[in-house]
This record gives sequence, structure tokens and C-alpha cells, in this order.
Amino acid sequence: MAAIEILDIEKTYLVGFWRKRPKRALQPLRLTVEEGEVFGFLGPNGAGKTTTLKILMGLVFPTAGTARILGREWTDPAVKAQIGFLPEQPYFYDYLTGHELLDYFGQLSGVPASERKRRIEEVLSLVGLTDIKGLQLRKFSKGMLQRIGIAQAILHNPKLVFLDEPMSGLDPLGRHEVRDLIAQLKEEGKTVFFSTHILSDAEALCDRVAIIHKGELRGVGAVDDLTSSVAGKIEMIWQGTQIPASIKALGAECHVSGDNVRAVIADHQQDAAIDALRRERIRLISITPLRTSLETYFVEKLQHSQTTAGKRA
Amino acid sequence: MISRIAYIASNTFREAVRDRVLYNLIAFALLLSGAAIFVGQISIDIERLVVVNLGLAAVSLFGVVIAIFIGIGLVSKEIEKRTLYTVLSRPVRRWEFIIGKFFGLAGTLVVNTSFMAIGVFAALLYVAHKFSRPDALIFIALYFIILEFLMICALALLFSSFSTPLLSAVFAFSLFVIGSFADDLRGFAELSHGFTHWVAAGAAYVIPNFSALNVISAVAHQQPVGAQLVLSNTLYALLYTTVALSGAVLIFERRNLK
Repeated sequence: MAAIEILDIEKTYLVGFWRKRPKRALQPLRLTVEEGEVFGFLGPNGAGKTTTLKILMGLVFPTAGTARILGREWTDPAVKAQIGFLPEQPYFYDYLTGHELLDYFGQLSGVPASERKRRIEEVLSLVGLTDIKGLQLRKFSKGMLQRIGIAQAILHNPKLVFLDEPMSGLDPLGRHEVRDLIAQLKEEGKTVFFSTHILSDAEALCDRVAIIHKGELRGVGAVDDLTSSVAGKIEMIWQGTQIPASIKALGAECHVSGDNVRAVIADHQQDAAIDALRRERIRLISITPLRTSLETYFVEKLQHSQTTAGKRA
Repeated sequence: MISRIAYIASNTFREAVRDRVLYNLIAFALLLSGAAIFVGQISIDIERLVVVNLGLAAVSLFGVVIAIFIGIGLVSKEIEKRTLYTVLSRPVRRWEFIIGKFFGLAGTLVVNTSFMAIGVFAALLYVAHKFSRPDALIFIALYFIILEFLMICALALLFSSFSTPLLSAVFAFSLFVIGSFADDLRGFAELSHGFTHWVAAGAAYVIPNFSALNVISAVAHQQPVGAQLVLSNTLYALLYTTVALSGAVLIFERRNLK
């Protein structure tokens, strides 16, 4: 069963004060996320990521289309007991302490009183906020608010977790911890749908990603497929700063980086290049097929869409 | 369902307490004790009348101001600060949120009114030295004041569900002022004819009739309040509150939370 099925959801806002004119925030979007996947929803700022998440959370109504979450209509309140949501730049009732906030959300999610206390301690420990007893949220730093936001999203042990820019506002250590947390959620069999514009996070965590730009889906696929090897090229790294003329003659693009040389070369020249290094008694460190990064793929997709839009105009 | 409404109501009450809303009681206590001492010194035989009049009017005014200024922010503040997102992404229906907020504010006002009522009785004891049987009528006046608060809470929530806090405050306060003269409007409707009659009569039915709920003067003069008035005022206030809350729910159910 698919965890999320978005079926041609679209959203048009009316903007302007006197003369309202339509502004399309989301083109018809069709997307499926399988159970147990970590799915990255990528796009630049203003691409339509948050609008999509708000529609799925029932905060904004779509102009057309429908969605199914965990096999039910997305508007079904029973669905909401099984999902967790972290909004972008979350803000909570600042007169509450962290424990009170989680207790309140636990009550609303139907977590029994007997379990609530234990779960609160568990999730606070998971997000690294064990030492906040009695501290009101108005005294929390941005990073702490992000952590308590993640804690409330997973408090009721949901099957599906939606995270809108979960790394936002976190320092490198915090980002690392959130990455670990998402990996742990996947290990527990949960589905994680998270939006981000930080591509390295998506590349490190996601099974599949979708790229959205100006409200339109530009591409969907497994990260491994999207970052598949660049046809016919390999990357060689060897020790030292010497670049043999015989390697240059093979058409290699070489760059000295510190004490090593990195060379990109056609894969059919691999044996010739290895022989050349042997002759020069140079120590080879690694040979790997050259892969395109998710960032390269992302930029290509966005540039392609801009070119297409330009041609249309 | 009921438990979720109760949790939201309890959190709304907690917010009011932590935001020091009940601090108004200090101002009320100072005003009333000052007035009681002052009245005790300058009036002869009408101390009770003045203290009951002044005390109940202050209870009403303080409560109305709190009802409007908390009520107008109940929904709009949650949308503006986006605290609502994590509530509505849980198994909470939008109407449950509105009703929970209403009961939270209503609870705050009942607690507030109870403390102020203690103040009124204390001031009364100070000037009259003892309670008399007609003093029990003060409870009816207080009950009507609470009914008035319920209606204002519901109206403030209604405006808050589609308007900005500033406009909501203007709407709610205007309705409170006009509603306090609703009997005059009804009298005008009866005396007028034709189109003016229909407009005035229509307005008199739409505008909340707060003047019917105001028995402060009668109670101060120890005049009895009939059971029929209690019943009709109760039904009227509950009906008006229900209609205003239903309007708030209908609007909020369709609202996009940008």
C-alpha cells in the first residue's frame, strides 16, 4: 500500500486587493510515496513545497484534486492520528514548558495518560532535550524550538512523518542528529516525507526524491538512479602532484588537490592510464565511476525548466 | 471529541492565566475598595445602592474588555503565529478547535467574575456591615453578566475567524455599545412605520440585546427579578451564542490557513 498518493492536486490563490487575479501556486501534482520510504521533496524557496504539505495537512484547501494517506482520504480525521507534522520554522505556545507542550499534543493525539509521560521522556531524549525541565518555550533558542518541533511530530509514534525543512535553524551537530533521527525512523519502518532545499541532506537520507519548481513537478526518482554514473567516465586519484604527459595524452582532465591528483578520464582509457601510472611508479589511491551529484541533477532540471519556459514565452 | 474540546479549553484558560490576564483583578479590587471607603464616608443610607451599582457595572465592564481583547485574538493570533498548524495536523476538527477556544475563554471569564463577585460582596459587607435577603439578587445580576460575556465571546470569535484583530475589536465593541441600547432600538422600531420600521426591527433582532440582560439598577434598588426574565434571558443568550459560534465555525471550516 502506498503511504501517500497525491492525485492531481492543484492550488490557485486569488491575489490582489481590488481586482483579484488568480496565481497558480501548484500545478496538478501526481505523486506516490511508498510505505517505509524516506522521500525528499526538493525545490528552491517558493517552489510549492510548503503549499503541498499544507494541503496534505488540511490547512489549505486544494483548488482541485485529491489525495490518499495510508489508504484513506486525506481529510479523514482518523488519518491524522497516524501522521506527525513539523511545520517550517515552527512556533509553539511560548507560555508552556517543553513537557507541557508535548503533554498537550499527546492529549490531542489520543496518547493515553499512562503512556504519555514515558513517550515524552523518550522523544525528548531522542532530540537531545532532556535538560529543559520547567523552561518555558519563550526561552528556547531557534535550534531548541526545531528539536521540540521534531519531538512533537514523533510523540504519538506515527506511521508517517511529514517534516517541512527539518534542518532549518540547526547547527552542524543538530543537523547530524536530525539525519540520524530520520535514519532511525526509517529503521523503525516509518515513512518520512520531508521537504528541503539542502540537497546534501536529501542525497544522504532519501530513497527517492521529487523536484518541484514554480509549482510544477520536474522529476521523480530513486536517488541512486538520478545520481547514476556519467556515461563512460571514471575518476582516478593518485598520490603526489605529478601529472605524467602520457596521461594528459589520453585526454584526462587533471587537477592537483593538496598531495593528490584527481583525474577524470574516459573509461576505455582506464587500463592505459593505470599502465602509465605504473611506469612512472606513482601510487594509485582510487578508481571510481564518475557519478553526477543530486545537485547537478537538480540544477539541470531547473535550468531545463527555465529554458522551456523561455521558449514558450 | 469532548476530551479534545476540554484539552483545548484548558490550554486556552492556562494561556490567559500565564499571560497575566487575571491581573485585572488587582485593578478591580483597588477600584472597588477605594470606592467603598469613599462612598462609606460621603453617602447616607444609599451606600448599598452605590456599591452594588458601581461594583456590578465594574464587573461587567472589566469582563467585556477581557472578553473582547482575548476573544479577537483567539483564532487570528494562532493563525498569525502558526501555532494552529501543529494542532490541526492532529485528529482535531476545526469546529472542535473553535468550541474549545470558546469554552476556554468562557471559563476564564467565569473565574474572573467569581473573584470580582467576592470583591463586590466584601465591599458591600464593608459599607452595610451585614448581608440582607435582597442581596441574593446580586447573584441573578452576576448570572446575566456571565450570559452577556458568553455572547460577547462568541461574537469576538466570529469576527476573529475572518477579520484582523483590530477590526474584530472595533466590530465587537460597537456591537456591545449598540446592544446595550437594544431596548431603545426596539422602541424606535415600534414607533416608526414603513421601510424605517422594517430596517429598525430587523436591526433590533440581529443586534445582541444586552439591555435585557442588564438588571444592575433593579438589583441595586432591591427590585425583584422575575423567573420568566431569567428563563427568557437564558434561552436568548444561549441561542445567540450558538448562532454566533455556528457562524464562526462555518467561516473557519472554509478558511485557508496561509
